[in-house]
Amino acid sequence: MISTKEVKHIAKLARLGLAPKEIEKMQKDLSLVLDYFNLLKGVDVSKVEPTSHSISKSGVFGREDNAKKKKLEEADKLIDAAPEKEERYIKVKEIL
Amino acid sequence: MEISDLTIQKAHQGLIKKEFSATELNKSFLGRIEKLDKDLHSFLTVTENLALLKAKEIDALISAGREIPTLAGIPLAVKDNILVEGVKCTAGSKILEDYIAPYDATCIKRLKRQGVAILGKTNLDEFAMGSSGENSAYFITRNPHDLERVPGGSSAGSAAAVAADLTIFSLGSDTCGSIRQPASFCGVVGFKPTYGAVSRYGLIAMASSLDQIGPIAKTVKDAEIVFNVISGKDEMDSTSVEKEERGEWELKIKDLKIGMPKEYFAKGIDPEVEKIVRSVIKKYEDLGANVEEVSLPYSTDHSLATYYIIMSSEVSANLARYDGIKYGHFSKTAKDLFDFYLKSRREGFGQETRRRIMLGTYTLSAGYYDAYYLRAQKIRTLIKEDFNKAFQRVDVLITPVSPTPAFKIGEKIADPLSMYLSDIYMGAVNLAGLPAISIPCGKIGKLPVNFQIIGNKFEENKIFEISKFFENL
Repeated sequence: MISTKEVKHIAKLARLGLAPKEIEKMQKDLSLVLDYFNLLKGVDVSKVEPTSHSISKSGVFGREDNAKKKKLEEADKLIDAAPEKEERYIKVKEIL
Repeated sequence: MEISDLTIQKAHQGLIKKEFSATELNKSFLGRIEKLDKDLHSFLTVTENLALLKAKEIDALISAGREIPTLAGIPLAVKDNILVEGVKCTAGSKILEDYIAPYDATCIKRLKRQGVAILGKTNLDEFAMGSSGENSAYFITRNPHDLERVPGGSSAGSAAAVAADLTIFSLGSDTCGSIRQPASFCGVVGFKPTYGAVSRYGLIAMASSLDQIGPIAKTVKDAEIVFNVISGKDEMDSTSVEKEERGEWELKIKDLKIGMPKEYFAKGIDPEVEKIVRSVIKKYEDLGANVEEVSLPYSTDHSLATYYIIMSSEVSANLARYDGIKYGHFSKTAKDLFDFYLKSRREGFGQETRRRIMLGTYTLSAGYYDAYYLRAQKIRTLIKEDFNKAFQRVDVLITPVSPTPAFKIGEKIADPLSMYLSDIYMGAVNLAGLPAISIPCGKIGKLPVNFQIIGNKFEENKIFEISKFFENL
């Protein structure tokens, strides 16, 4: 069983606020699913390479890293989506 | 003609023969949505203007005697995790409650080029995470065959809307059966293409190595028509691939080799479902196909566990973008930046989404990476190899879609594991990136049951031909 301390640590890493009652529920739910994952321990994977993508085609990640010109209206739409802004700047809470 | 008989092909014929106009066609579907969707709840947003403006345009073309593409003027419903420019896109989440899509997804762009009429956006489990539709932050979509039951998920509204004749076809996304399982619960055709066949640009990412967009329709031919329009290389998705010209593949039933993976017919399956799916295989066999039992030892229980580790790991990374700064819900009471993240995400995400973010953060965290994520990636290799071996011997595999027909609303929501198990036959296909189709083949009482045909990668054409053969029996 995963501890409440671990749950709190993970929640912090995930930047997820959890109320005390939710921590308890999360502890129970995560433990249940992690127990289910135990069935994978019985598989011998000592000589197996990992797969991160099912379909491997050469050149998939081989494109040039070039900037593309976009219309100003397109950029404006993206900026518009931000909830807090000033002119064309997106506001963030102070960090220092 | 009855509206329930309308397929893409028939509606197209009706339009070019001027039996009805595109405006009349779309108005009758909009009318049905208005009348019936207050009980079904399959749409989150109805885009009446979008549909009627397009219909008017298509009617003008028809009046002018111009030729129109097959999909011109045909009503479409879009899962609400696929962007349609200028239309709200919530992904079924409160965190995107007011989010307006700034551009079209590539598949939408391609469908719009054909002149499709978009009726609206359909309900889903939050960020496509769920097997019943019950995880939507807005409301629960009901199964048109029994309003007390779930339509399946996560493409809940897309499947229900096609089944209830609120649209002619819809788009869904499939990360672990989210097209195929609701298609089965609602008794319609659902198709998940090979990973990379359809661009994911403009699909709100859940698990990027597994997600794939596909059609939900009334017939296999309709699904094929839509697939041919939305597939192909897109420079905006580096994992999308060029369409390969495979030419026609002709089905000769006496040469057809069907594999029946024994693990998909093991314990846990409803005996009635098993009987119906076995009878499908028997039909192919009686007509001359060769059926052989194959073994895919890691493709059920192990694949579900593997899937949950890989998916939640990718989810935790993908959903890190919801920070309340760039778009979406943000906390108005936070005191500093860290608190702002905690509160914005807590207020915006629902329970299942939080659970998966937590799980994925755990499996990727220092000290657990090798035990969970890396091990899962290795088992993913084994699952892929098992399929490769099977496809050296057989053309396709036939399996059930879900171990049971549609379950009751509320039945599994409190127990995440039992909910996950309703997708036990789904995940291996996504882990291996294979194409698969879900096709109606029977009923238990009033509840539909579908079967699944899994093909080798990029052999969509084989799947379509073998499916149409069954449909025409």
